[in-house]
Amino acid sequence: MVLSFGSVPVLELLNITKEFYGNRVLKGVSLSVMPGEVLGIVGENGAGKSTLMNIVFGMPVIASTGGYSGEIRFEGRTVRISSPREAASLGIGMVHQEFMLLPGFSVAENIKLNREPTRPNFLSRLLGERLETLDLKRMGEDSRKALDELGMDLDEWLPVAGLPVGYMQFVEIAREIDKTNVKLLVFDEPTAVLSETEAERLLEAIRVISSKGVAVLFITHRLHETLAVSDRVVVLRDGEKVAELRASEASVGQLAEMMVGRKLERSLRRGRGPGSAGEPFLVVRDLHVDMPGERVRGLSFQVRRGEIFGIGGLAGQGKIGIANGLMGLYPARGEVYKGGKRLELGKPELAIRSGMAFVSEDRRRVGLMLDESIEFNIAATAVQVKGKFLKDLFGGLLKMVDWSAIREHALRCIKDLDIRCTGPDQTVRKLSGGNQQKVCIARALTLEPDLLLVSEPTRGIDVGAKKLVLETLVRLNEEMGMTILMTSSELAELRLVCDRIGVVCEGKMTAILPPDADDRLFGLAMAGEKIQAA
Amino acid sequence: MLGLWNKLLNKYGYPKVSISLMLVVMLSLAVWLGLDPVELVRSSLVRSAMNSVLVLAMVPAVACGVGLNFALSIGIVGGLMAGLISMELGLRGVLGFAFSVVLSVPISSLLGYLYGLLLNRVKGDEMTVGTYMGFSFVSLMCIGWLLLPFRRPEMIWAIGGKGLRTTITLSGYYDKVLDRLIPLGGLPVGTILFFGLLALLLKLFMESKWGMALKIAGLSPSFAAASGVDVDRQRILGTMISMVLGGIGILVYAQSYGFFQLYVAPLMMPFAAASAILIGGASARHASISHVISGVLLFQSLLTVSLPVINKMMPEGNLSEVIRIIVSNGVILYALSRSSGGDVR
Repeated sequence: MVLSFGSVPVLELLNITKEFYGNRVLKGVSLSVMPGEVLGIVGENGAGKSTLMNIVFGMPVIASTGGYSGEIRFEGRTVRISSPREAASLGIGMVHQEFMLLPGFSVAENIKLNREPTRPNFLSRLLGERLETLDLKRMGEDSRKALDELGMDLDEWLPVAGLPVGYMQFVEIAREIDKTNVKLLVFDEPTAVLSETEAERLLEAIRVISSKGVAVLFITHRLHETLAVSDRVVVLRDGEKVAELRASEASVGQLAEMMVGRKLERSLRRGRGPGSAGEPFLVVRDLHVDMPGERVRGLSFQVRRGEIFGIGGLAGQGKIGIANGLMGLYPARGEVYKGGKRLELGKPELAIRSGMAFVSEDRRRVGLMLDESIEFNIAATAVQVKGKFLKDLFGGLLKMVDWSAIREHALRCIKDLDIRCTGPDQTVRKLSGGNQQKVCIARALTLEPDLLLVSEPTRGIDVGAKKLVLETLVRLNEEMGMTILMTSSELAELRLVCDRIGVVCEGKMTAILPPDADDRLFGLAMAGEKIQAA
Repeated sequence: MLGLWNKLLNKYGYPKVSISLMLVVMLSLAVWLGLDPVELVRSSLVRSAMNSVLVLAMVPAVACGVGLNFALSIGIVGGLMAGLISMELGLRGVLGFAFSVVLSVPISSLLGYLYGLLLNRVKGDEMTVGTYMGFSFVSLMCIGWLLLPFRRPEMIWAIGGKGLRTTITLSGYYDKVLDRLIPLGGLPVGTILFFGLLALLLKLFMESKWGMALKIAGLSPSFAAASGVDVDRQRILGTMISMVLGGIGILVYAQSYGFFQLYVAPLMMPFAAASAILIGGASARHASISHVISGVLLFQSLLTVSLPVINKMMPEGNLSEVIRIIVSNGVILYALSRSSGGDVR
């Protein structure tokens, strides 16, 4: 693309560093974007993309957590953007992942929202500007113009409520380009909710926008889209800029490899799992799970007896939905066989009875009763579903909870799993994240499962405790022969402990790879490129 | 001194400490004004025993997660209905009381079940909805009391001969049947024992597998669901038990008081029960039987002692009633402002 709109970058970030509570999420990132240029930014979850955008937008979360260091230059002038309002007045626009539209308003009203052209009337002369009449005709004309620029053949007076999702995205974009002063437009995963043809149209729209001299930052995990529309691509990994390439010289495979990177040491496994010889223990066919934000859309895989099977992928792609669907916590359909028996979906009680136990990713809500004691948390589910820790009263008329048996069991768990606490009667809220996670694992093990589902076992846990939790899982597998289905956003930790790793993208499994497979393959699979299992 | 004060506040909470202090002040005033302290203590005990089961009814509702049962008047109406039916049948004494209690269980259970179905549709707003549901049901029953075909002359209006009276005396039926069951210096030993029995049964239930399911559903609905506990069913069960205790509670209350009070009398009763358990240290999310006992003793003693004291100091008007309303509503306001919204999905 010809850069004929001037030689001063619209936006220049110099050495941006950001810490959250001592955790450095951005480590000296620098980048710049020229007028009329499309700059692609790619990276895994947690690579720092969103934090970077929050800084550019002056989101309050940045200031409230101690601000950032480094310099931002807008059109050559150093600026300190302290609120989204300020960002907007500079000419920075953003197309959000979630739509910020009023459903009951028409397309035109949404596009001109809060910036409506108005005409004075006699009331407004009396009582001030805010009472001026809306100039509906001009609102319609302006909206028509913005929609035409995007190539959208859509009636500007239709209400937003009934529009297909793809159209809503375009209304958002139309609103941004209608702003007369917009100089930089940020697209944050705009194609995530679009169909393929809609995504094509969106890319076309981005080209149109940039050809008018607007600079575009395009954030996505779909690598081929980045390459199709960007002039340059920046790759972020672990808060660092690892590469900046001309899109014409880069390939999808190259980007994938840079995005994932080699960041692990040796596997924690001493022996390997059963390998291809193990019989299929859990068979999942065409699983659909309706979990908001983590939809599973027709996914199949098999877990062999005695292996640790990992599920990886980016956030929001559906990997979390799998275990939640299998456990019956969200509406699910599909065929699931465990040990040859068909499992009825949608009923947690049946799932637990069939020998599955779940360590939830939502530790504080689903995994634990925070204000209750360790022993109560560990025993509660086993009491209810397995009828453990009960003694009869009045000849079995009432089944009483046997607290002394629970105490005994809890003490054993505390010792076996090395839970650091003042005793089994301590409330779980007072424990550290790592120890809370161990309580969750103890609770699951108390159900005596033969299949353990573990989701995000190390989320929100400090580094030392992470290793302990992972080692515990490996020990369970190797010493007790427990089959484990582990879901994690951190590919590195999956590669540390798993025998095989399935990668989920857009609710489907794109690949099942050995943990020592090439980074490039993992990167491609996470970006949704279909590849043949190695 | 300040250290001790803070320690007390931390351990027992503002309402309990301040109500205890007020009670001490009132008792000293009573003695100073020449009232008989022994008689005051005796009538405090009578009033506490009288209200105890109604306060106990709050426990299962809080435990299952629907909060304080401000619609307890529904259960109370169920109990009144059972009592009236036993009266109509001409049952007297211990038999009459026992029959009323047994009959009230299915009536209150049914009402509690239906009300529980409603509560499962308004999760997060149970206490607001409950308050108005209680009001509506009491108002509806005002028509019911007029139309129901009771015939006994002691129960219906003397003139016209149709519709139940607002106050029906129990003398000759089971007036003070529990209070005087075991005569001991005018103390309501029987009523206290009856409360003890119900409290023990409730305690046993709460310590059983079923009670644990109820508790888990109340503590964390999402944890409960993941543990295979049917949260909605537990909430209905908790509501039913609360209503049954409410029904039995009004029968205990009536035998001690000596009258059935119909029409708008049950309207504000849930509030007195709620404030008693709150003074005892309970919250909308946590309540135990010890909260019931300490709460009902403190709250009822304060009302019993302050009534003659204030009347003696300010003979004009019924200021004691005003004080009672200020205290009970003030405590509810305080406790509700402290309780968080809870886990709402």
